[in-house]
Amino acid sequence: MTASLTLVLLMAVLFGAGISIMLERSLTRVLIGFLLVGNAVNILIYLMSGTPGLAPLLDDGVDHDAISDPLPQAFILTAIVINLGITAFMLALIYRSWWLAQLGTKGDEVDDLEDDIEDAEEAADLIRSSAADDAAIQEIIDASDEEPADLDEELELEASARDRGEEGRR
Amino acid sequence: MTAALVPLVVLLPLLGAATSLILGRSRRAQMAVSTTVLTAVAAIAIVLLVSVDGGEPLAVAVGGWEAPFGIVLVVDRLAAIMLIISAIVLLVVLVYAVGQGVADRHRETPVSIFHPSYLILSAGVFNAFIAGDLFNLYVGFEIFLSASYVLLTLGGTGERIRAGVTYIIVSLVSSLFFLSAIALIYGATGTVNIAQLSVRIAELPASVQLMLHLLLLIAFGIKAAVFPLSFWLPDSYPTAPAPVTAVFAGLLTKVGVYAIIRTETVIFAENDLTVLLMIVGGLTMLIGILGALTQADIKRLLSFTLVSHIGYMIFGIGVGTQLGIAATIYYVVHHIAVQTTLFLTTGLIERFGGATSINRLAGLLKASPLLAILFFIPALNLGGIPPFSGFIGKVGLFLAGAEGADADAAGPAWLIWAVIGAGAITSLITLYALTRFWNMAFWRRREELEGYESVLLGSVQEAPEGATVTATRTTPVLMVAATTALVVLTILLTVFAGPLFDLTTRAAENLIDPDVYVSLVFPGGTG
Repeated sequence: MTASLTLVLLMAVLFGAGISIMLERSLTRVLIGFLLVGNAVNILIYLMSGTPGLAPLLDDGVDHDAISDPLPQAFILTAIVINLGITAFMLALIYRSWWLAQLGTKGDEVDDLEDDIEDAEEAADLIRSSAADDAAIQEIIDASDEEPADLDEELELEASARDRGEEGRR
Repeated sequence: MTAALVPLVVLLPLLGAATSLILGRSRRAQMAVSTTVLTAVAAIAIVLLVSVDGGEPLAVAVGGWEAPFGIVLVVDRLAAIMLIISAIVLLVVLVYAVGQGVADRHRETPVSIFHPSYLILSAGVFNAFIAGDLFNLYVGFEIFLSASYVLLTLGGTGERIRAGVTYIIVSLVSSLFFLSAIALIYGATGTVNIAQLSVRIAELPASVQLMLHLLLLIAFGIKAAVFPLSFWLPDSYPTAPAPVTAVFAGLLTKVGVYAIIRTETVIFAENDLTVLLMIVGGLTMLIGILGALTQADIKRLLSFTLVSHIGYMIFGIGVGTQLGIAATIYYVVHHIAVQTTLFLTTGLIERFGGATSINRLAGLLKASPLLAILFFIPALNLGGIPPFSGFIGKVGLFLAGAEGADADAAGPAWLIWAVIGAGAITSLITLYALTRFWNMAFWRRREELEGYESVLLGSVQEAPEGATVTATRTTPVLMVAATTALVVLTILLTVFAGPLFDLTTRAAENLIDPDVYVSLVFPGGTG
């Protein structure tokens, strides 16, 4: 069995870096460390397939000894999928713990119901304001359709009127 | 014919999980699906045990790819016994959880994601028991661990997230150990099929065997919570909802123990680490139970006794004779049932008394005599009082140890006697810790609670987050019924101890000779 020195070195670096990052306190770093070590283990599995060869597709006229060992590749695929799922869960967990850290003990009491109401109100506000914007835009377009030449003048007039009003308030 | 049933024990829970996810809106439909699935698996497991005990070999090559290239699912007596007891316990705890969920819709109790996660957890546990190759065992572990992450952080409160983070990171590290061990074992032998490994590992140089053996043991030791790899358990289990803690305590550590049994008897049958297992087993017992002594919170106390009693099983595996393995299997079955029961009862106490701390509970005997009985029987059982199954299991283990010491087969005799002594002391301290809790919580009158002082309570420490719950006097019938059913099951383990011990002896007979397992997977030899 022969192995690639580059891969061995890469594996060693990933293991070392991953483990030292995993020892940090921050959860995000622990996750990054876990990802690095997970990839290091995948490379370790790959190294165990021995001498690299042709793609493991058995066809007529392909020498059985010339292909790479397909089994470790199947292991790695499975491990990658598992790591992906766990990473997604960890990210959700990290977000949740960040959220709780922001709110302190209040975080436990925030109810979904309140969130829903808040969300609904925000959405309603958004719809109202965008409807107002639409109306304003429509007005300007209508105005420009009627008297394209006077539009600039009108706007200027409006602006000066606003300035005056502000000065008056001061 | 029955061989066709083998994949169903994993498939059914997975399909059930998918169905109950679709039915997420309707609680009743979810409950119907999950109870049906677990009942079906329990029935299948019984059929499998009967046929495997009748001598029918049950090794299924999934997808028609023959071993060693394909994935084999193997059911021998040990796997069938584990399937039955875990299916029954999972079913009963599910009924308990349903009872709890119907009664109150508090944020911390099971939500719609509970049923799918629970079924996936079951699928993972069952898959680990019937896995015929190491990589499939790893996949089984990952399935139930992923589900357990979700169940442990259910509701996402601050306390659970904190406990969950410890648990998840420790589990991830142990998974990485396991995966590295698989990689190295594959590199050394060119296979991950357990039966083929049994033959090929014996041909490796002793030092390589030792390294691979230790790597696997570390991975499984973390999962089984064996000292010194047990620190994470008492911190993470107690915060989960009562039914979740019960299942974790009862089953998840035992999957680790199951994997250690397989490692010692089949994979590394030639390379023995008896002395190491003995020492680790003895220390696990003593240190675990000393931790339990100082806990005021019953959930934490039970978590420490859980760690300590894993030590008995490790001791039995270390002895390694037929009697030793038979007693270990019996003890595993007993411990799954009794530890789950105790955690379920704790859930009831928490509901009824409004607290789990020994300093805040009193007068429960008068308030609920039934609850007192439901706690008292498993407590005596765990403490090893005759005639309960805990006593029978411990006597079996000690007898096996004594025989081993006489025959000088399993390590130095003084070590075995020392561990037996540690086991006896542990059993007494367990009894002390649990009856102290019973005396204070049940026997002490409610009026005495204010300003109560006693030497018994001098050394106990409150949990860092002693949570109080509002006491509810209405306890759902389903919760009490489920707990009672498990208490009856633990008593049945005593009543049918004879036939059951015969069965575990036959299971052990197959285990101490790895060739039996090999010929099960390769009827025509490994080639």
